[in-house]
Amino acid sequence: MAILPPNVSEGDFESALREFRSAVGEDWVFTSDEDIHAYRDHFSYFKDQPNELIPSAAVGPSEVEQVQSIVRTANRYKIPLYAISTGKNFAYGGPSPNVRGSVTVDLKRMNRVLEVDASRNFAVVEPGVSYIDLYRYIQDRELKVWIDTPDPGWGSPIGNALDHGIGYTQGFYRDHFGAHCGMEVVLPDGEIMRTGMGALPGSQNWQEYRHGYGPDPSGLFGQGNFGIVTKMGFRLMPQPEHWRNGLITVPRRRDFISLVDRVNYLTDLSIIGEPWYGSPLQPLVGNTEFREAALDFNEDEMDRLAAAAGLHSFQVELQFYGSERTTLANWEYAKELVAREIPGARFTDGESLPVPLTREQIHETTGPYPTNMRRNITQGVPGIGVWYQTSRTEQNPNGWNETHIGLFSLVGRSGEAVFQAQKDFAEISEIVGMPSAFPNALQTGVNWYQFSFLMGNGFSVGGDNSPEGKKRSTEMLRRILEENAKRGYGDYRAPPMLQDDVADQYSFNDFALRRFNETLKNAIDPNGILSPGRAGVWPAAYSSLRGSLR
Amino acid sequence: MSISRVAAGFALSTVLSMAAVTTAIGQDSAAVERGNAKYQHSCEPCHGDGPGEDGRQMLPGTDALRIKYRGALPALLKERSDLTVEVLRAFLRQGSMSMPPFRPTELTDDEIVDIAAYLAESSKAAAR
Repeated sequence: MAILPPNVSEGDFESALREFRSAVGEDWVFTSDEDIHAYRDHFSYFKDQPNELIPSAAVGPSEVEQVQSIVRTANRYKIPLYAISTGKNFAYGGPSPNVRGSVTVDLKRMNRVLEVDASRNFAVVEPGVSYIDLYRYIQDRELKVWIDTPDPGWGSPIGNALDHGIGYTQGFYRDHFGAHCGMEVVLPDGEIMRTGMGALPGSQNWQEYRHGYGPDPSGLFGQGNFGIVTKMGFRLMPQPEHWRNGLITVPRRRDFISLVDRVNYLTDLSIIGEPWYGSPLQPLVGNTEFREAALDFNEDEMDRLAAAAGLHSFQVELQFYGSERTTLANWEYAKELVAREIPGARFTDGESLPVPLTREQIHETTGPYPTNMRRNITQGVPGIGVWYQTSRTEQNPNGWNETHIGLFSLVGRSGEAVFQAQKDFAEISEIVGMPSAFPNALQTGVNWYQFSFLMGNGFSVGGDNSPEGKKRSTEMLRRILEENAKRGYGDYRAPPMLQDDVADQYSFNDFALRRFNETLKNAIDPNGILSPGRAGVWPAAYSSLRGSLR
Repeated sequence: MSISRVAAGFALSTVLSMAAVTTAIGQDSAAVERGNAKYQHSCEPCHGDGPGEDGRQMLPGTDALRIKYRGALPALLKERSDLTVEVLRAFLRQGSMSMPPFRPTELTDDEIVDIAAYLAESSKAAAR
């Protein structure tokens, strides 16, 4: 046994393991080095270092009563727990805990799809169900509902929603936590609670009215450490009859501002699914004159060079769900709306396909225009194809992306805000000495969350996978988060090694929000056993560990 | 830690490989069927023969093995006849490059034995 939980004696740990075995069975408590290996973050920046976030043991319950029993034992011996669902939160820490030596509660065996209602359009699942599992369940029964999947889709709807994950279809469904509709939670004292209408015995509306009555604490369980979620409902999108896409390009740089305004209008009227922004000027990046203009944010010069090359400055791909006629009418309306505001805008019809798309149609890459849109995720079809981004490739035949990490800042959903962020991120790159991988002036926001943009800083970490190289990258990322916060940018999600840093960004009124959360945490979880440190919320029992990974 | 982990892994896998031999000889069709189902669930999404994303010809796991072996071995797992229980187990429990390790709650040791039984059959079919 290589690691003990912090401040727990070997004897107490042995006793706790005995109780865990008694609760879940001998076969489902894991302590060997080999078994524990699979509970490490495969992409850890601290791999094999003394501070790597490795659990002391893992325990795999299959029933909610077993989860209750585990929590009660942990309280008895003051052992920190860390719950995972499918453990695929890669780029954000994978299955690894916030505190080295925690016991991982692996909920993968709780893998039942409890209900899918294709008339009222919801599903209820357990944490071990993956998006792929739920998709197959629906397909096998020929139910006419869609899931909204992240990419890749091997993760859990519950785990993904609880980490505020996102998808790619219609606005409401893309916010996975926002699209949840009630949950069952094992609280830190082992009691079971249900939120929303689930709190009313015999209610018919658990998945239809999530507020219930009085304060709704659901938000505490998203990126939180106030309980272990054992069931959760999700709203599902009815399967549309038809899907259509189209491309809009606008000639001048400043046209992007009107373009975003118009697309916001269409989005918020639920006329379009996720819009995919980009810049057709990428081919000019190799041109020295253009590159210099872009690095200087010289807008007139960029417009001049773009016009000389016959290229437009920005683009958006729109997608429409509905019937053949309504999607056509909505596309015609989108064109009319943009043409009214932006002289010279061009419109290219995309494809118009009955739903469900065939496998061939999903993988079709030729079309009326070169598309950036990954089609399976626009159709709610989960897959793992995107994992090539981390894998051995022809360009990197002997290596892989060991420093896969996700960091995205929330940026206002306007053209002006994007332009400001471009300049701010370029300046930050200069300050920290981490050059952007491309001119920031061409960067656009992603509209995963309907009401906000997310943007990365444009840096590229990695290249040096030595412990020293990873340490340097980590320090650089911390400086970037700090500089982002000085300019009003906060991240939406982070791996454990950076969660304290992101939590530090949210400092209004001397960290009033964090103090509130920690007051609640100490009241509800006095021993601080549930995921201490998650999202920077540290219970008193472990508060000395705040910032200890720096 | 890594030495003891590997040693422990292979000690157990030796025992399990005996189970695989039994499977191969006994042609336990139930094991092959279970292995097929588990393979489709846990391996095929990355190692299958479908096209990949963003215009790539192959799924990432298949493409990674194509690049690794350059034709010396099949890129598709289901065409590989050399994936014994111990080899499978080592890769699945340790992970390989960007493939993260599989936890025992995702794939039990018995299920790995079943997958090996399935691959023994699927590779024969591919060779025919």
